Formats: sequence, structure tokens, C-alpha cells
Amino acid sequence: MKATTLEIDDILERYPKQPQHLISLLQDVQAEYKYISPEHLALICDHVGVPLTQAWAVATFYKSFSLEPRGEHEIKVCLGTTCHLKGGGRLVEACERDLAVARGHTTEDLRFTLDTVKCVGACALAPVVMIDEDYLGAASIPSLQKRLEKL
Amino acid sequence: MKITSLDQLQKIKEQGFRRTYPDKIKVMVGMATCGISAGADKVYQTLADKMAELGLDIVLEKTGCIGFCQREPLVDVVYPGKVRLSYQGMNPEKTAALAEALKEGRIFLDNILCRIDEEELLMEGTVRPYANPHPVELPAEIPTYDDLSFFKKQVKISLRNCGFINPERIEEYIARGGYGALYQAVTQMTPEEVIAQVKDSGLRGRGGAGFPTGLKWEFCRNAPGDIKYVICNADEGDPGAFMDRGILEGDPHAVLEGMAIGAYAMGASAGYIYCRAEYPLAIEHLKTAISQAEAYGLLGEGIFGTDFSFKIKIREGAGAFVCGEETALIASIEGRVGEPRPRPPFPAQSGLWGKPTTINNVKTWSHIAPIIARGAEWYASLGSGQSKGTTVFSLVGKVNNSGLVEVPLGITLREMIFDLGGGIAGDRAFKAVQTGGPSGGCIPAEFLDTPVDYDSLAALGSIMGSGGMIVMDERDCMVNVAKYFLDFTRDESCGKCTPCREGTLRLMEILEAITEGRGQQGDIEKLEKMSELIKKTSLCGLGATAPNPVLTTIKYFRDEYEAHIQAQKCPAKVCKPLITFTVIDDKCNGCQLCRLKCPVEAIDGAKKVVHKVIQEKCIKCGTCFDACKFAAIGVE
Ligand SMILES: Cc1cc2nc3c(=O)[nH]c(=O)nc-3n(C[C@H](O)[C@H](O)[C@H](O)COP(=O)(O)O)c2cc1C
Ligand code: FES
Repeated sequence: MKATTLEIDDILERYPKQPQHLISLLQDVQAEYKYISPEHLALICDHVGVPLTQAWAVATFYKSFSLEPRGEHEIKVCLGTTCHLKGGGRLVEACERDLAVARGHTTEDLRFTLDTVKCVGACALAPVVMIDEDYLGAASIPSLQKRLEKL
Repeated sequence: MKITSLDQLQKIKEQGFRRTYPDKIKVMVGMATCGISAGADKVYQTLADKMAELGLDIVLEKTGCIGFCQREPLVDVVYPGKVRLSYQGMNPEKTAALAEALKEGRIFLDNILCRIDEEELLMEGTVRPYANPHPVELPAEIPTYDDLSFFKKQVKISLRNCGFINPERIEEYIARGGYGALYQAVTQMTPEEVIAQVKDSGLRGRGGAGFPTGLKWEFCRNAPGDIKYVICNADEGDPGAFMDRGILEGDPHAVLEGMAIGAYAMGASAGYIYCRAEYPLAIEHLKTAISQAEAYGLLGEGIFGTDFSFKIKIREGAGAFVCGEETALIASIEGRVGEPRPRPPFPAQSGLWGKPTTINNVKTWSHIAPIIARGAEWYASLGSGQSKGTTVFSLVGKVNNSGLVEVPLGITLREMIFDLGGGIAGDRAFKAVQTGGPSGGCIPAEFLDTPVDYDSLAALGSIMGSGGMIVMDERDCMVNVAKYFLDFTRDESCGKCTPCREGTLRLMEILEAITEGRGQQGDIEKLEKMSELIKKTSLCGLGATAPNPVLTTIKYFRDEYEAHIQAQKCPAKVCKPLITFTVIDDKCNGCQLCRLKCPVEAIDGAKKVVHKVIQEKCIKCGTCFDACKFAAIGVE
């Protein structure tokens, strides 16, 4: 997590008070806090002038929004077609065993969130795993374990 | 400085030319996402450090992906007036050695991929040699760019600058003829003339459906209304495809220039690029490119001193495959849930905020400037039949050479896979090639001589799609592949219409049962019947094409389905519930490797004692199979 986070008001002020900015605001809040808390969702609704039900519908429709806190590190194992064929599934299973967490979930100590993605666009180096902002190409269970140990 | 005349554009071009082709040695590191995944950032850092340490007087640049992603990290060294050498699979140690060689004035001879003797300046239709005649003696075994089967049959239009310029420098784009076509369109052509060129070129949309681009533009131009929009679809949702990423990261101005020409032709003054959030580098390069183009007045108010104004904004996707569909994409830009709506009205009549709107794919936009610069006739001379020009494929999967390739339409699947792709990796047998992503199908070996064009692929039950080409070998199970795609579409269905929401779920359930050995007599027929129904009744293209992977695998690999259902066997040995791992006693020499690597301690044994798999513990992960050096693990 970053040492300092922006105040929610500073993020809200980036956009005019119009419904069309709902998604952009959700994206910015997600990027800053890694999730969208009920309080933040309510503030966003007030700002852009949409009912909470509509904001909820949008926030749950799109995959990049999380309504629950995320772990300090995000591990995203690619399960796009190429990675699927080249053993991405085994990599997720290995992570599930090693971190004792199911895909789509966060460890209890909030250290890791394990997720899958459907292609990060580096298919020629499949299977690929993203660890926070870093890409691990041609990943194997040992190379992934080594990288995770360093965190 | 705002460019308002040809003279000024020419000046920037000369400036860019000196930047792109300096008198000093220039080292370029491929820093697209594929390069970075392979470690190009470390290679770049090593070069930067070594330059400082050795006081090397060279130019170090970042460049986009030249296409050969599998051989990344790629480093290119241009020895001015001599030669350009491409180095593959570089790591920090090799890079340090390269830097030392440069310091000593030697040509570094390790890790060479090829020698590049010349580069094409596509916009001008000329070729620029790196040296003429060739003054350096190089070992004869070093291939030239054109010797490599991966490059030989490629014709680069969309990818014209990728791997040749620094994408974060507009001057380098201009140096290779960039923005000349925009100048020509805006100052010398009427909007109708631009549309006529695009129509005559025969260009069809590269986003999937293949609709004629010029016609689409004409609809939008003729639609009543003062406010119009153009949109670039950079959602690239198909898993296993990364063509658009390659272009946006490696040459963002190619897309911006195309959009500006389109906006001029259609009378739009604002544009959006809808880019998927999984492509942070593409978004960064687009932002840089837009601000540079604005600074030169190539975007913004009064472009080239005319009264044509055009602005581009970026919108990031939020992770929904269906938002690649044009009406869902528009809903998403408007800040709403990305659900498609019935057409008509088409976006050309009522699109973004109810205004006439044209949506084209990244690749489609990137073809526009060359068509204007070189003419419709030139473009239409490439390709075949109803499929003109070139298109970019991401050729991946079980081939030897993976990467981005751009080829004239009409090339055969065999040429793609066995020439460009270099055949199947590990000497295995080819089984199928998947085109068109979740909307496409799997094509078997007997159709390898089919030309790659819109109509021929559709005739086989697949589609051209946006350019994913995933090659599968004998170890891939076709029922599993069908299940994979249905799982994808089921998950991505927006849920608005019943046939897609419920239908994909039911198909998926049957496929799951088959791959788990619970298949029933009659399941295949049920899949076929339901598929036809979903195709006919879904609201948008997602549902209407979702059954294609099922239908094509049944059509071409029915025996594989039958083996799963009748004998509870997975011939490719992929479906876990149908396979068991065992140790082949007379091949096992008790080396313990598998025992130590097994993640769940499911292998019993001791040094020099034949091992045994404890079936109750085995999770069928395949680690032992891969680990064994003596082929002593059997799968049945
Ligand atoms: C479910 C679905 C997903 C789509 N995804 C994309 C996409 O990721 N990129 C794209 O360019 N077109 C996509 N399309 C096609 C677009 O709706 C549209 O036809 C295309 O952007 C038009 O551009 P073109 O004429 O240049 O091909 C998708 C269509 C459907 C039905
Ligand atoms: S399939 Fe994993 S990066 Fe594309």
C-alpha cells in the first residue's frame, strides 16, 4: 500500500458533477484505495448524481472494481486461451496451495489477493503471471514460487 | 509550435530523421509489454549503466515490438552506414558484453537473430538501406531479415513503425512519413474524396465483423446532425490476442492520424479511444502521443491552419468483454452498465449520446493513413478476392515462432503455421488452429490449405475475427477447449438476454459433464440443437457466436467427444477426471526427482527403488510427468 493516500474529496474534484463520470470516478477510487468502500460509493453517487442502486449495478458489472479490501500484493494468473493451453491452470492451483487461498480471494492477513485474468496480451510468453505491476513470462511453478518468496 | 504549413511539417520531419537515424551507433531495446515480461527493463537498465560506466558515446532508445515476441528481449544495434543487427534472448550479462564490444569497436556476434539490411519507408513507398554497398564482413551464417521464415512473407502496414521508432517521440513518427496523409486529406481533399479512397481500397473492419469501412463512413457522413463522433475500439477482449496492444504500444500515432482523417471525412470534431485497462503501457503511450500531437497542432483547434478541429479523449475499460461490442462500448463511455442494445438504430445513425458515431478497430484505423498516402489502388492490389490488404495476427500456442505477424489476406493457414510459425513445437503433431477467439472455431489439419480471408474462414464455421490465431497440438483436448470458451462466454455474458445468459450456462454444464466422464448418449445432439437456437435468438454478437467453438469442435472432432462419452477416455489426456498418472516400472531408475517435485507428496519411493504414485493423494497436476527425464511417468 502507498504511504499516503489522496483524500477522497481530491479525487471527486477531478470530475464535473455529471453521471457520465461515474465509471471514471470508480476507476480512480479503485486505483487509489484498491477497493471501493460503502462510504466512498455513497460519496461518488452524491457527486455525480446517480442513485446508489445504479452505482452498485455498475460497480458489480465491471470486473475491475472490488467492493472488498484487497491484499497488499495482487497476484493475477493469466488464464487467457494461450496461457490455459500452456499450463496456467496449474500455476493457479499451485498458488492456491502455497498461499492457502482460493482464486478470487484475499488471504486473512491481507497480504495476498489471488486472481485470474483472461489475457494480459503477452501470449507469446505464455504462461504469464502478473505480480502487482510486474509481468512474469514463461512462468513455471518454481519460478513463480521464487518470485513470491521475494515479496 | 503549431504546424500550419507543409514547410513546417517538412522541418519537423528532417529533425525527426536526424533523431531516428543518428550518426552514432544507436541501440534500441524492444520495450513493449512482451519485451518487459521477458526482462527487457533489466536489459535497458544494464545498457544505461554501462553507457555511463564506460563513457559510451551511443544513442540508447526504447522501441516497440518488432513482432518476434518469443525471442524477447530483443536488442537492435544500428551501426550507422554499416548494418543493423538484431539480437535475441538478451539478458543483463550478454548485454554487458555487448556494451563492452561496442566500447572496443567490435561487432558483437553472440545471440544474433538476424541482420537487417534495409527498412521500408511505407508511407513514401521507398526503401532505406542501412548500408550500400555492404562494408562489413559478417559470418555468412548470419541470416538476413528476409531469410527468416518468420519475417519473409510479412507485409507491414499496421505494424509499419513498430520496432523502428521510439513510440514516445512524435518526430520519429513524422520522420517516417507520419501526418503527411493527414495534411494531404485536410488541405487537398474533400471529405467525399477521402471516403471514396477508403471505399475503393476495399478495406473491411478488422475488429471482427469485416464490415466495409468506407461504407460505414459514408453512412455516418450522410447522417443528419452537426455533432458526430469517431471511436477507436481498443478493448481487445479476445483472450490470446494482442495485435491492438502491439500497435498502440509501438506506434500510437498511426491510430491517431487515422482517426483524425476519419473525423475530417465524416465531419466529427471529437473522438474517443476505448482501451482495455489491462493495457497500462498502451494507455500511457496514447496519452503521450495525444499531448505531443496537440502541441504540434496536429490535434485540437484549426488543424494545419484550416477550420478543421478534432480532439481525442481516452476512456479506460473496466473489465467486461461485452464492452467490445459497439453498443455496449458506447453505454460504457456514457458511464453506464455495458449492456448491448438492439440494432437498428446503428451507431452511424444514433451512437454516442444519441449522435451519429463511427466505431472502428485499432487495426482498421491504422490502415487509413497509408491508404490516403499511397492510394486506394495500391492497397487493393494486396490481399485477395473480397478481402483486401493485410491484417495482423497474433500467432501463438504450440508453434515454434510466436509473435505478431502482418500478412496479406489470402495467405494459407499452412503458410501461417508452418512457414511463419515454423511448425509445431517439440515435433508434436498439429491438431487444430483456433481463429476468432470465443466467437470463432477450431480448424483441423485437412483444411490447412484454406486461404485466410473473411469468406473462407466463415465457410469452415469459424471467423477471421480480430486476429487471434492459436495453434493446438495433439496434446490439446478439443472438448476441453470448447468448455474453456463456453466458460468464458458464460462468465462474460452480460445477462440481458435469456438465450445467451441461460444457453451458454447449459452448454457449459453439458461440456463439464462430458469432460468429467458423466456424458450421456445424446449429449452431442443436445449441444448441437441448443447451439443453433442460441445463435438464432441472442441479442448481440456475443451470444450469436458463442456456440461456434462447440459446433466446430463437434463437426471436426466428433470422435473425441464420443471417446469421452462412451469410453470415458480423454484421448489427448487432458481432462483430469479421466486420466491417471502411474510410474512405468521398467523405465523408473529411482532418481527421486518426481517424488521431490510432487507438490502433495503423492509419490512413494526411495533412491534407486522404483517409485509409485499414491492415487488417493494425486491431484493430477502433471508435475511428475514434466519432471521425469526418463519418460517413466505414464498417463492413461
Ligand atoms: C461480444 C463482442 C465483443 C467484441 N469485441 C471487440 C473488440 O474487442 N475489439 C473490436 O475492435 N471489436 C470488437 N467487437 C466488434 C465491434 O462490435 C465492432 O464491430 C467493431 O469494433 C467495428 O470496427 P471495425 O469495423 O473496424 O471492425 C466485438 C463484438 C462483439 C459482439
Ligand atoms: S493468454 Fe495469457 S497473456 Fe494472452
